[in-house]
Amino acid sequence: MSDKFDVIIVGAGPSGSAAALTLAKAGLSVVVFERGEYPGAKNMFGGVLYTPILNRLVPNFWEEAPIERHITKRRFGLLSEGSEAAFEYRCEDFNTSPPYNQSFSALRAQFDPWLAKKAEEAGAMIIPETVVDDLIWKDGKVCGVKARREGGEVEADVVIAADGVNSFLAKKSGLRKAFTWNVLAVAAKEVIALPRETIEDRFSLEGDEGVAMEFFGDAVAGMVGAGFIYTNKETLSVGVACTINAFIDKKIVPNDLLERFKAHPSIRRLIRKGETLEYSGHMIPEGGYNQVPEIITDGLVLVGDAAHLVNASFYHEGTNLAMASGLYAAETIIEAKEKGDFSQKGLQGYRTKLEESFVLKDIKKYRLVESWANKNPKFFKEYPDLALDLLKDYFTISEKPKETIQKELTKKFRSKIKLLRTMVELNQFRKTFFSS
Amino acid sequence: MANILVFAEQREGKVKRVALQALGTARSLASEGDHVVAVLIGENISSQTELLSSGGADKIYMTEDTQLSAYSSEAYGTVVSEIAKKEAASLILMGATAMGKDLGPKIAARLEGPFAGDCIKLALNDEGMFIATRPVYGGKALSSVSSHQHTFQVVTLRPNVFPVISEPASTQALIEPWTEKPDFSGLKAIMKEVLSTAGSKVELSEATIIVSGGRGLKSPEHFSIIEALAEALGAAVGASRAAVDAGWKPHSYQVGLTGKTVTPTLYIACGISGAIQHLAGMSSSKYIVAINKDPNAPIFKIANYGIVGDLFEIVPLLTEAVKKIKNEA
Amino acid sequence: MKIAVCIKQVPASESKIRPSADGKGIDPAGLSYVVNPYDEFGVEEALKIKEQLGEGTVTAISIGTAKVSEALRTCLAVGVDQAIHIQDPATEGSDGLTIARILTAALQKESYDLIFFGRQAIDDDSGAIGIYVAEFMGLPHVAGINKLKILAEDYRAVANRQIEGATEVIETALPAVFTCQKELNEPRYASLPGIMKAKQKPLTVWTLSDLGIAPDTVGSGHAKVTEDQLSSPPTRSAGKIIEGNASEAVSELVRLLREEAKVF
Ligand SMILES: Cc1cc2nc3c(=O)[nH]c(=O)nc-3n(C[C@H](O)[C@H](O)[C@H](O)COP(=O)(O)OP(=O)(O)OC[C@H]3O[C@@H](n4cnc5c(N)ncnc54)[C@H](O)[C@@H]3O)c2cc1C
Ligand SMILES: Cc1cc2nc3c(=O)[nH]c(=O)nc-3n(C[C@H](O)[C@H](O)[C@H](O)COP(=O)(O)OP(=O)(O)OC[C@H]3O[C@@H](n4cnc5c(N)ncnc54)[C@H](O)[C@@H]3O)c2cc1C
Ligand SMILES: Nc1ncnc2c1ncn2[C@@H]1O[C@H](COP(=O)(O)O)[C@@H](O)[C@H]1O
Repeated sequence: MSDKFDVIIVGAGPSGSAAALTLAKAGLSVVVFERGEYPGAKNMFGGVLYTPILNRLVPNFWEEAPIERHITKRRFGLLSEGSEAAFEYRCEDFNTSPPYNQSFSALRAQFDPWLAKKAEEAGAMIIPETVVDDLIWKDGKVCGVKARREGGEVEADVVIAADGVNSFLAKKSGLRKAFTWNVLAVAAKEVIALPRETIEDRFSLEGDEGVAMEFFGDAVAGMVGAGFIYTNKETLSVGVACTINAFIDKKIVPNDLLERFKAHPSIRRLIRKGETLEYSGHMIPEGGYNQVPEIITDGLVLVGDAAHLVNASFYHEGTNLAMASGLYAAETIIEAKEKGDFSQKGLQGYRTKLEESFVLKDIKKYRLVESWANKNPKFFKEYPDLALDLLKDYFTISEKPKETIQKELTKKFRSKIKLLRTMVELNQFRKTFFSS
Repeated sequence: MANILVFAEQREGKVKRVALQALGTARSLASEGDHVVAVLIGENISSQTELLSSGGADKIYMTEDTQLSAYSSEAYGTVVSEIAKKEAASLILMGATAMGKDLGPKIAARLEGPFAGDCIKLALNDEGMFIATRPVYGGKALSSVSSHQHTFQVVTLRPNVFPVISEPASTQALIEPWTEKPDFSGLKAIMKEVLSTAGSKVELSEATIIVSGGRGLKSPEHFSIIEALAEALGAAVGASRAAVDAGWKPHSYQVGLTGKTVTPTLYIACGISGAIQHLAGMSSSKYIVAINKDPNAPIFKIANYGIVGDLFEIVPLLTEAVKKIKNEA
Repeated sequence: MKIAVCIKQVPASESKIRPSADGKGIDPAGLSYVVNPYDEFGVEEALKIKEQLGEGTVTAISIGTAKVSEALRTCLAVGVDQAIHIQDPATEGSDGLTIARILTAALQKESYDLIFFGRQAIDDDSGAIGIYVAEFMGLPHVAGINKLKILAEDYRAVANRQIEGATEVIETALPAVFTCQKELNEPRYASLPGIMKAKQKPLTVWTLSDLGIAPDTVGSGHAKVTEDQLSSPPTRSAGKIIEGNASEAVSELVRLLREEAKVF
């Protein structure tokens, strides 16, 4: 075995394994260091994988990948303390044949090891239980890493930092400054076991169909963020994710917010009698386009969460962007190897590929979401409460003539809402989410 | 049921207490007409037959030879296996001591019969089936096992768990010399010497009282305060792995998962936090006393009596108090 | 010398052990697995002997499910030359005697000079298998060794083992079986180059048919000992924290020990 590798990858999450698989398939020598006991051991996400890129990495992945249910239904619920208004969309076209609508619920403790195994089968070397502590530099260029083990210095032409949201390597390399807290969201999640039949009955699903549900408003105590429930085969992924600022303002810890969410009458029923199998917490880099740092330097590229490649819209998308960035980084390195140029310039193609793909296009499109959300807390607390209050009045049965009710409603609405201001806000909302 | 054989372990011509516990157990399990048969092997051991007789043996096989003065897995294994065959013994009991842990599996393999080691309970169920209970996973679980043959070939019993018989038998046991000596010239493993380890006078795994010290003692010299208390109580001295790894005491003192399993009546833990691996070795002690300055030390979760305080203050006081009582008595 | 080490993969010693719902075994959820710590002493001793003699091979052998390959890789990473994984669904539920029979068949495929086992596996805490194997192979054994000297010219070994209050020194002809106790050595950690090299070392997988053992002679159906139930031990509840200043607390403790516990 030669002592030097073509590529070292730090982190065996979706981004690292996607890169490893692509590089190994092309015949490059690759080693992946992962600090967990095995890839995915401590990794978490909400629960829906978006898979067009995965299908490029592993064609017909659904025949073997440990995925749970294909999503045919999405539901958005607005909660107040005691009521709920919801919008649900279901489409039978998403229920015909794989890959359905390219969205599947999954559990990382199973998915990550599987993808890493694919990379290993292609020839990459995956080394778990090994923490990378530092980069090795030569002539101002990254040329390897130091792992926390005896004989832990390993060299390579290129290092890929796939070490997640806290990327130590992004900081060590100087590509990213220390965190600014307000660009991060924090999440707490539980995996709750229920019998398969109960899940299907309770959520009105058949076979391996699944639903993705997001809840706003009182679901997360009116904070900027949302709660979620995703159905797996025999478990539910149940969690909350809000901005760090919101947690600080509300003086509440993620775990308590999750307990609060679980206790809401609309949620309680959905998880009733379930047994909590595991609990986890994690950060999400929701800073948006402006927070995507420089991602290339001589001998080093950042991928996935380490590069802050997360789409902070409704979708909680991250794994697909992570896999895409891993794929593009790998493709670029394969080209760079042909030219023998691993400098920042030689690796610039990676950035171009990201800019030209959905990865940075989507992140750019939703670049305003974060600041919009921070500037418009009303959309998370006041407006949901008002809307649900009005709905309650509207649906409450009494002896009052309908006309009176409608008049009272209009009055209440006018008293709470400054029409012009709200029009402006709604227009901003539309712009933020639906146009570019 | 048929006959129950008890291997009567002796060291230096003295039968071990656990052998009497095994006899007591055999007696309580034997039905009408079954014999409890003791096997006594060694040199200068004839004085011990009395003890075995009153301890519940109906019959004692005795085999004496200078070459049997030291334990040999092969030689002892052959003698016991042959006697077991002759007596058609359905069950062989012995203590889970260093010797028993070696001899038990040896005989089980020779006779190809089911074995259950280090048991803390052995009972007959309604169907006349033997059920043995043994701690597993370092004492974190109890496993009850049985054999489809309804009995075990060999069971080793954890010392100090089973009672000796309460009423000594009045009838004398039949003593039968066993003369079929094993082929000593064929032995491949030979005991060269037995070095007595310098250390406490009372052996840990047999002690009824143990005083143990841990990292809280801070230095090897301080073990003297543990030793003083042990001396006053007539107790054995033990140590946590932290104390052993620091080189304060040899490994023979270590209590716990990778040390000894002890079941004394009283275990006094001084300056020991109570890590799960330490508990594995001592949590089945009858009474546990913890002396630790950290009120949150996990040892307090299993101790019958705890004192939160500085061991350097408490232990000497305790030693004095014990001495005073002993002097009065 | 050819040296074999039999290793078992077990839940780490700090694991929380919960009986499974049906009370037949443990709930595997959330457990992490390691090489049985006593077997690590065997691996280390084998490597040291090989290094001292300047020649030889060390082979690690384990029976178990696919997961066991991780434990064998760990052994390869610290320097074992080759690993044999006996993997056959028929072995599921085998008792110790059967495991020993299978290991015997595997060990007999080569002529090993030294065979190491752990003193006991920290899951079943049985401590029998090494001794069974020695008996089945007709070899001498020394159980629970904490010191070993190989006399290569004489093809003999001298081993120490601890007994109650003493140390036995036993000399044995080779080949021989040893079961390893703590204090024998300090197992080494895997270096990164070691781990990377381990990925390329051979990991041989054998099924029962490779060993000439009929699948219907092993497994739970052929176990002479069966586990009927696994339960949690009765919990020891926290007792009294004795209050008061040091001398008050000590007098109260002495009183309790005499009156309640009646220990002296
Ligand atoms: C609550 C929540 C919900 C989400 N929901 C979704 C969703 O529904 N759908 C979706 O697509 N995305 C979702 N995401 C986002 C998604 O989880 C991430 O974007 C994605 O996991 C990023 O992948 P990655 O490979 O870049 O990083 P990670 O998955 O974080 O992997 C990084 C890896 O690097 C390892 N590592 C870190 N440091 C070191 C070191 N020094 N040495 C060695 N190894 C190291 C870690 O152990 C880890 O395995 C969610 C995220 C959160 C927190
Ligand atoms: C595979 C494995 C096997 C192991 N096997 C064993 C084993 O067989 N036996 C074993 O013991 N451990 C074993 N361990 C180690 C175990 O995990 C602990 O590390 C060890 O038991 C700690 O020893 P300790 O309690 O003496 O030290 P510590 O945990 O450091 O505790 C010292 C205690 O002393 C107290 N203290 C300090 N000063 C004073 C004072 N002046 N007065 C009163 N109290 C004081 C402190 O509050 C503290 O609670 C094993 C570990 C592993 C991983
Ligand atoms: N499945 C197995 N495969 C290989 N070796 C084993 C296996 N089970 C036990 N052993 C060995 O036998 C020793 C004693 O195990 P036990 O008798 O189960 O306590 C262990 O320390 C291992 O060396």
